[in-house]
Amino acid sequence: MNLQPAPDSAEEAVSCHALDYSFGDTKAVDSLDLSVRTGEIFGLLGPNGAGKTTAIRCITTLLPVPTDRVKVFGHDAAKEQMAVRRLLGYVPQQLSADAAMTGRENVTLFARVFDVPRRERAARVAQALDVVDLTGAADRMAKTYSGGMIRRLELAQALVSAPRLLMLDEPTIGLDPIARSSVWEHINAVRQATGMTVLVTTHYMDEAEQYCDRVGLMHRGRIHALGTSDELRGQLRDRRRKEAREAGTPVPAGDTATPTLEDVFRDVAGQGLDEEGGDYSDVRSARRTASRLG
Amino acid sequence: MSEAHDGRRPGSADAVDPGRFELLLVPPAPRTGWRVLPARVIAMCVVELQKLRHDRTELYTRAIQPALWLLIFGETFTHIRAIPTGGIPYIDFLAPGIIAQSAMFIAIFYGIMIIWERDAGILTKLLVTPTPRAALISGKAFASGVKALIQAVVVIVIAAALGVALTWNPLKLLGVAVVVILGSAFFSCLSITIAGIVLTRDRLMGIGQAITMPLFFASNALYPVAIMPGWLQVVSKINPLSYQVDALRGLLLGTPSHLLLDFGVLIFAALVGITTASSLLGRLAR
Ligand SMILES: Nc1ncnc2c1ncn2[C@@H]1O[C@H](COP(=O)(O)OP(=O)(O)OP(=O)(O)O)[C@@H](O)[C@H]1O
Ligand SMILES: [Mg+2]
Repeated sequence: MNLQPAPDSAEEAVSCHALDYSFGDTKAVDSLDLSVRTGEIFGLLGPNGAGKTTAIRCITTLLPVPTDRVKVFGHDAAKEQMAVRRLLGYVPQQLSADAAMTGRENVTLFARVFDVPRRERAARVAQALDVVDLTGAADRMAKTYSGGMIRRLELAQALVSAPRLLMLDEPTIGLDPIARSSVWEHINAVRQATGMTVLVTTHYMDEAEQYCDRVGLMHRGRIHALGTSDELRGQLRDRRRKEAREAGTPVPAGDTATPTLEDVFRDVAGQGLDEEGGDYSDVRSARRTASRLG
Repeated sequence: MSEAHDGRRPGSADAVDPGRFELLLVPPAPRTGWRVLPARVIAMCVVELQKLRHDRTELYTRAIQPALWLLIFGETFTHIRAIPTGGIPYIDFLAPGIIAQSAMFIAIFYGIMIIWERDAGILTKLLVTPTPRAALISGKAFASGVKALIQAVVVIVIAAALGVALTWNPLKLLGVAVVVILGSAFFSCLSITIAGIVLTRDRLMGIGQAITMPLFFASNALYPVAIMPGWLQVVSKINPLSYQVDALRGLLLGTPSHLLLDFGVLIFAALVGITTASSLLGRLAR
């Protein structure tokens, strides 16, 4: 059995072109260019308030965008909203399972609204729950779930419609390290089995380094650097070496001199990162998310 | 394609049994055209029924108020005979009004809940499913109707227990169900519309509380329109609750009523409510 849906390699999963989005005077996304390749795990990285969520919400059709700015597998997010939505599995930043229903009912709702026919509904829901290892807890109320379990439940909700693109907004925020790696392992397992494209935002650089094929570093609504994390780190190392040679200072050598992704981030975002990386409301909303999860 | 990454990922070591995923590889065939709406309405109604099955406390707590209205207000005014009801006991006259009132309260509160669902991301996620806005709102509107209907059954049973002479004609009871659902569809859309305008929880709660009682008093639920002051009669005439109560009285008690007009107004109000609420739903997504 062929597990890979024939991927059209020429096709981009997501492409944003000169995308802007403002909330009043706040320019949340500022002429963003972004391209996610079919089949990859793409990480959108950035500090609080960078505009990651806003960019994601533009792609999901939640926020209105002009035509020809955002395409999902070739479908325009402004003109073909329903087509785009059918291709998407979306897990928003805040925990979004309905606490007053069981895990299974939560997933079944999404099977229904994605038109899964009745005869295969139960089986499909069971498989989605099985994939995220929630079979045993499926008939418990979602309000009894831990933060990590709710995240996995949301993953099941997103997977039940067999999306081609999984969009995860900070899937691991507020989770303990074990729950974090468990969520990532499930994302990975699913990606491997289905070949789906994953667009994920995070501000954990270590996660991005470990799990993403390519990353885009976002700051103040724009992507400042794009590539694999090895590429980005290598580029910065080479540039630092060159600068050091030109300045006549000793050339840093060996592994210890290889910058981390965080160094790359500080480099591209410039000095503004520490002082202006997110205003008070961003921090507050991040805290709220964290406490909801806690 | 993914094989290329296997070595890099610690989590990917465990083998994936393809059989476990089989169904998750094929996207379901989309429903199209007119089939979408009933499917979404059913999906939303099922959610309400499931929630009600898990937790019935709301059903009981919400039965207390109508019971008190019927018991205290109804019994008292039946004895005083202060309100002209056209020959029937006041408690009988009141019962349909209280059924409509309790349905309205539930519907308005249900609409208010949409702000909670927005803040909790539940609504956000539904907005990213292949569900047109109008279908989502219709689903919500009818789900509130289902909830209100179950409550109405409880109130009808209480009324019957208090000796109100209600019809048991199944056709008329079916009409009662339709009336309750249509009225609830309008009132839930009314509060979703207000939610779409004011956008925050606190403001919506304030307004929601501020409108329910006036809507109730400015209707024929408690007393006949004829004994109201002129200005209140006007308000009562444009209040869909009056038409709901009139229809319920006609169906449940067999008193003279204007069923055709009542149904017409309720259907129109529900359609207007659904249209307005749908057009404002986008504001709740931002
Ligand atoms: N609904 C909104 N109304 C007004 N301003 C908003 C709204 N949502 C986001 N913003 C602003 O837009 C900017 C980008 O926010 P966004 O949520 O996209 O950032 P983010 O990268 O997802 O941050 P975080 O890591 O905190 O989730 C911020 O300055 C934020 O305050
Ligand atoms: Mg965010």
